[in-house]
Amino acid sequence: MSYTKRVDGRKSFTELRPITAKAGVIARADGSAYFKIGNTAAYAAVYGPRELHPRNKQIPTRGLLRCDYVMMPFSGMGDRVRPGPNRRAKEISMVTQKALDPVLDLQDYPNAVVDVFICLPETDAGSRCAGICAASIALADAGVPMKDLICAVSTGQVGDKVVVDLDYAEEAYSDGPVSDIPVAMIPSTGELTLLQMDGEISKKDLMEALKLVKESMNEIYEVQKNALKDKYPAGGDDDE
Amino acid sequence: MSGLTINDKDVVVPGEVLAEGMDYLPSHGTYRLDDTIRAGKLGLARIDGKVIKIIPLSGVYSPRRNDVIICKVFDVLMSGWRVNTFTPYSAMLSMKDGTNEFIMKGANLTKYHQIGDYIMCKVVNVTSQRLIDVTMKGPGLRKLDNGRFIRVNSHKVPRIIGKQGSMVSMVKNATGCRILVGQNGVVWVSGEPEMEILAIETIKKVEKESHVSGLTDTIKVFLEEKTGKKLETKAEEKSEPEGEQQ
Repeated sequence: MSYTKRVDGRKSFTELRPITAKAGVIARADGSAYFKIGNTAAYAAVYGPRELHPRNKQIPTRGLLRCDYVMMPFSGMGDRVRPGPNRRAKEISMVTQKALDPVLDLQDYPNAVVDVFICLPETDAGSRCAGICAASIALADAGVPMKDLICAVSTGQVGDKVVVDLDYAEEAYSDGPVSDIPVAMIPSTGELTLLQMDGEISKKDLMEALKLVKESMNEIYEVQKNALKDKYPAGGDDDE
Repeated sequence: MSGLTINDKDVVVPGEVLAEGMDYLPSHGTYRLDDTIRAGKLGLARIDGKVIKIIPLSGVYSPRRNDVIICKVFDVLMSGWRVNTFTPYSAMLSMKDGTNEFIMKGANLTKYHQIGDYIMCKVVNVTSQRLIDVTMKGPGLRKLDNGRFIRVNSHKVPRIIGKQGSMVSMVKNATGCRILVGQNGVVWVSGEPEMEILAIETIKKVEKESHVSGLTDTIKVFLEEKTGKKLETKAEEKSEPEGEQQ
């Protein structure tokens, strides 16, 4: 049986879920953002650059990026999860850090740290991608020097179709093979900073999926850009 | 294709293309990627002839030589004091720069600056590893007693001070408070308690509305309303020299 129609009623296999994003949602943080795609929502808060403790973690040649990904205990299907870091959250924290680090320019902050906290109050698949998108807006909002934003969304295969932005129902599709491939990209150069996979996919379909997902990135980039621009209404300082 | 893709004073986000072709030069906060100039941080793009730079809207203060900043003493060492500069890096206030008094060998340095004291000091030197030296020798550099301290975005400090100090002296005149603004975004306010609160409220308002043009007039109206007294015009303010300016 082939997969003919998307479970949540989206028109095409490349259509993304509705996205909303907002910068500056946490007053006390140096930078913050909210990013929601479908029913997956992420908050990100950035603190720093600030002094790094313990001191043995300091890097004398550049600043360090530290990410912390946490899913709220009530965020998923209602199964209570123990709060705090688990094996999965630690892994995602690490891949998030590696996805964001290539665009950051922390040369001017030796021995310092930029802390990124990502929290997901609501999840419906694609949570690491939503977290990376939120974190990237928050880092820009915090004024951290960076070459570009990072856009992230998942792609993959459901049954016999290559799709973009899977939700949980699609990940759980049981009438055929399923693969879930979270991807993060630097929009200006097209380089990928995150590429993981669950499930199985043929080489041909993988290439097709990566091509489709790159096209979807622009949509996400525009949302991120507008979130930042909306926070700072136009008009310059008179005194500068 | 070549030329600008944005206007002067536009808000730009990291990665945004500012200009195409080789006709423009990248300056602070921008970089060149192939034949485009792109933004390297969030801020206002400024075009100055052929040079494009970015004025940041957020981010931490980075200390520069000769900046006057307000710091907090957090440690007393053998040969001086360590002060919190409210940046990622702490600064060193050496014994000879800390006071004009003669310090006996082996004296208790807390007699001069106790942990928790706020001081107004000047940056003497910043190294590539961001080791900072500060001094308290200079006009107006002193310990700050009493009063209240608030922190504002350091990029808004020029706006809070205003042209020739117009903004801050207006707040001073209206509230009767003494106000000092450090380049690192720490502001000290000292006066009557109610007036301190009003001064802080005003400074926060300036910080929040810094992008609005004609802000000095808005703030003047706001202060006249709150204090119920008429403020003098700018020209008269200027003729009154005040020592607290920085």
